[in-house]
Order: sequence, then structure tokens, then C-alpha cells
Amino acid sequence: MRKAHLTKGGFIGLAVLALWLLAAMPVLAEEADPAAINSGDTAWVLASAALVMAMVVPGLAFFYGGLVSQRNALSTLMHSFFVLALIAVQWVLWGYTLAFGSDIGGIFGGLDYLGFRGVGQEASGTIPHLAFAAFQGMFAAITVALITGGFAERMRFPAFVLFSLLWATLIYDPLAHMVWGGGWIAQLGALDFAGGTVVHISSGISALVAAYVIGKRQGYPHAIHPPHNVPFTVLGAALLWFGWFGFNAGSALAADGLAAHAFVATHAATGAATLAWLILEWTLRGKPTVLGAATGAVAGLVAITPAAGFVDVWASIFVGLGGGIVGYWGVNWLKARLGADDALDVFGVHGLAGTWGALATGIFANTAVNPAGADGLLFGNPGQFVSQLISVVAAWLIAGVGTYIILKIVGALTPLRASKEEEATGLDQTIHGETAYNFSPTFGNTASGLLAEQHMSGATTVKQRISMEAPESP
Amino acid sequence: MKMLTLIVRPEKFSEVVEALQKAGATGMTITEVRGQGSQKDTPQIYRGMVYQTDFIQKVKIETVVTDDMLEHVLHAAVAAARTGQVGDGKIFVTEVFDAVRVRTGEQGEAAIISSKK
Repeated sequence: MRKAHLTKGGFIGLAVLALWLLAAMPVLAEEADPAAINSGDTAWVLASAALVMAMVVPGLAFFYGGLVSQRNALSTLMHSFFVLALIAVQWVLWGYTLAFGSDIGGIFGGLDYLGFRGVGQEASGTIPHLAFAAFQGMFAAITVALITGGFAERMRFPAFVLFSLLWATLIYDPLAHMVWGGGWIAQLGALDFAGGTVVHISSGISALVAAYVIGKRQGYPHAIHPPHNVPFTVLGAALLWFGWFGFNAGSALAADGLAAHAFVATHAATGAATLAWLILEWTLRGKPTVLGAATGAVAGLVAITPAAGFVDVWASIFVGLGGGIVGYWGVNWLKARLGADDALDVFGVHGLAGTWGALATGIFANTAVNPAGADGLLFGNPGQFVSQLISVVAAWLIAGVGTYIILKIVGALTPLRASKEEEATGLDQTIHGETAYNFSPTFGNTASGLLAEQHMSGATTVKQRISMEAPESP
Repeated sequence: MKMLTLIVRPEKFSEVVEALQKAGATGMTITEVRGQGSQKDTPQIYRGMVYQTDFIQKVKIETVVTDDMLEHVLHAAVAAARTGQVGDGKIFVTEVFDAVRVRTGEQGEAAIISSKK
């Protein structure tokens, strides 16, 4: 077992080294063109890149982390944190080029920018190429991180690492190329301002497929644990809302009126979605929950993502309302009937609300808002709705089928799922050897003897023996 | 000496403590516990899923009193803890063979009788 790990690790290490050496080959330095670069645009895009990073950690990390049981809190945080680190490197080495390199067959990009060569300080539009590439890299990270909600609390770590790497390379990078990098979906004229299709539909469908393939958590749906820390989830949602201004308004790639428009559209839609979810919850379930408010907000953020820079502000309220309603329906009605244990509701909140957002873009898009966009159904152009529908179906198929295939490949190389015992004890302990909280006044403060953790719901008691003192002679 | 183990509603905690002290109990140990009896917990809702726990949050108070105080303390505690609803709790009385005041080494009733009396 140990040797197998070393061999696998060795091969991965060699592959990474080879690619790094390739990337480090000396290239002609491109001169920055100061006349083309706008400092305001550059500042906004760089700031937006940082905002989107904050959406991964701490945003999504804590949004998800608060929803799982205490014994899996760290494993869930690790998913987002690790993905951020993994994609930070993958994007530079080959991710960016596969997404934004010269078009190959309308499907993916060429190797022009392998290892970020040719990606320099020169202008790409009105911002440095590096700024554009960095901004885009954050989108890749959050997309992969979103999927982890589908298999939370039961996926083995090596499988998760391999899956993330393959999904980013074989699904995200090509899909980003198809929609944003000049591929066939872009050529079709489908609109996606900030990633409704590329990020949310793809991750939502993938999470559902992953949930099916990996299987349900033990006891689902009758005996599962409630969120262990709702304040974390609310905090995460707030950070997502905050960071999303970079996600959407930053996608204008300029510090201009369109960015301001996307900013306002984002905020209005999210507010509307939150209200919609709360009203539904209040009337249908009897009590408005803060968890519902947080989830509704995310659904609204997702829905407005493809539309923020194409629809009027008044329309964004309808997009948001729809996002909240569709998300609510997906999580509270459809999910139980689908049977898959999509642990953190990625399909409902991202897949379905994202689908609504993409279609709504085809309804409400208005060239008066953005001449570089198109008019939608409401403005006499039903063809746009059709283009949106095609892009949605394509994303569903690519993400769904692709995820299934990747999981089957990964599963053949390493077990996907934690064992029953590992799952019952908790992944924090079994995969990471860590405990999230050591709050006890006695055992959080003393360094000696038995460290005992009691789960007050009457379930497992976990004991670790840590000896910090020299053993006494018997 | 007798030990009273009281399991009461968390919302009645302050009242019970006050009653015990007024009745002459000199010390007590508090533990937060979960328990099961006839009471059904109120359901919680997260993301549309309804959760019903089997074990309900209670407070456990342990106090040791001299035999002559027992009835008085018991009645005071019951009066303070009672709401009349299912879930009011239980009080168990057990015999204490001995007690030691750690600071002075006093044993027996002297260990629990307050020097302020």
C-alpha cells in the first residue's frame, strides 16, 4: 500500500517537474504597451480577481464547512483550500492555454500559452494579459471547488485530488474555451457574462453525477446530521455575495459603466432571490430560516451571473426572483425525488438556478445595456433564447457525461469512497488526522493524557491518546 | 449526607439554583446534558429537511446536603423546577458515604457545611 503511494506520487512529481521545465524555457519577453493599458481597468480586474479568490476561501469553504457535521468540517474546508492551490498551479502550467489558447476545432485551445509563456505584461484589451489570465484562473478554481459539495463527507482524498485535476483539465478548460475562448458555443452567439454556464451549470450537473456515482452518505436521507455551524454558512454566504461583485462586475474587464451595471444587477437580483426563498419557506414550511436566506442569496447570485452585463436592472430583479424560486424548488422538492445525495445542494442552487439564469439571459438581454451582447426574446429576438438553450444542453451533457467518465477512470485507479468505518468516524480524523475544535476548558488547555471528544447527540465517542509527557515507569 | 442529582429544564436553571441556595445548599456542580424521557423535542428545519433529535438538552445539578436539610431542599427544588409540562425532569437522591474538603482536609459533614453559617 505504502509503495503504491510512493510510485504514484513519484510519477506525478516527475510529470509536474517536466512541465515546469518546459514552461521555464526562455521566451522572448513581450514589451508592455503603456498606451493601451488603462490603470483603472487594470486595478479593477486585479481587485476582482482577489474578490473571486475570496469566494473560494473563505467564502465557499465556510459556506460548505458549516453545513457538514463537525467531524467533517476540516475535510470540507480542505476541499476548497486544496482546489485553490491545485488550480493556481494547473492554470499556469496548462489550464489557461487549454481554455484561451488559439482555437482548435471549436472545442479547446492550443498550447500557445503553456506554462504561461506569452502571457506577459502586454495589453490584452485595456489590461495586462497577466491580469486577464489571473482573473480567469480564479473562475476555474471556484468551479472545481463548487463540485465538492456533491460528494462532501464521504470521498477519499487521493480520488478527490485526481478527480479535481482531471475535471479541471478535461471539462472546465474546454468548456471555458467553448463559451469564452472563441469556441463553438461563442460562435453560436450564446451569451454568458460571468460564468452561468461555464461555472454554475457545469459544477451543478457534475455534483449531481458525482453524488450518484459515489453513493449516499450512511443513513441518508433518514438519519443525517444537521449543519454543525450555521453561523459559518451565513458568513460564507456573505463572503460569496461580497466576492461576487468581483465575479460579475469584474467580468466587464473594465472599470466602467458596464461594470457598474453588472454590480447593481447582481445586488438587486440577489436581494430578490433571498426574499423569494424566505417567502416560500415562510409560507410553505412555517418558519423563515437564516439558512434559507443564505441559500436563496447564493441562488440569486448564480442566476444573475450569466445575465449581469446583458439585462436591464429591472430585469435583474426577475432573474433573481426566478433564481430563488427555481433554487428553492430544486432543493426542497426535486432533490428528494432525484434520490442522489447531493450533500450540499449544488445541483439545485448552482445547476438549476444557473440554467434559469442562462435561459433568462435569452429572454431579457438588451443591447441598450451592452451593445456587445444581443437582444433577447423580450426585445424581438427569439433566436437568442435558442442559442442559450443549446449552450445549456451542451453544458449539461459535457459536464454530466464527462464527470461520469472521469469518476469511472479515477475509481479504477483508487477507491472513490471512504469505508463505512472511516465515514462514521469522520474524514477529519481518518484522512487528515485532525480535529476541528478543541474547545473544552480542560482538554483544550492541558497537554497531557487522554483527549476525549463527546458527541452530544448520543452517537460516537472518539478517543485519542496523546502523550506529551515522558512515560512514567510502571 | 445525601447527594441530590437534579435534571431540569435549561430555562429553569437560574430559578432552581436560587432556590437551592436559599434552602441552604452550600455548593453544586453543573453539567449540561442531553436526555430522553417522555418529552418529544421540537423539530428543527435546515434546508427543507426536518430534524427531530432523540435526546433533549437538559441541565444536571449535583449538590450534597446534610440529612436534616434534605426534605427542605428537595421541596424547594421541585417547586422551582416544575412547570407542569412533560419534560420537567427528575431528582435522584443517593447516599454519600464521605466527603473531603480539599483545602483543609476536613471530612464528613464538616466538609460540606459552610463556614459562613
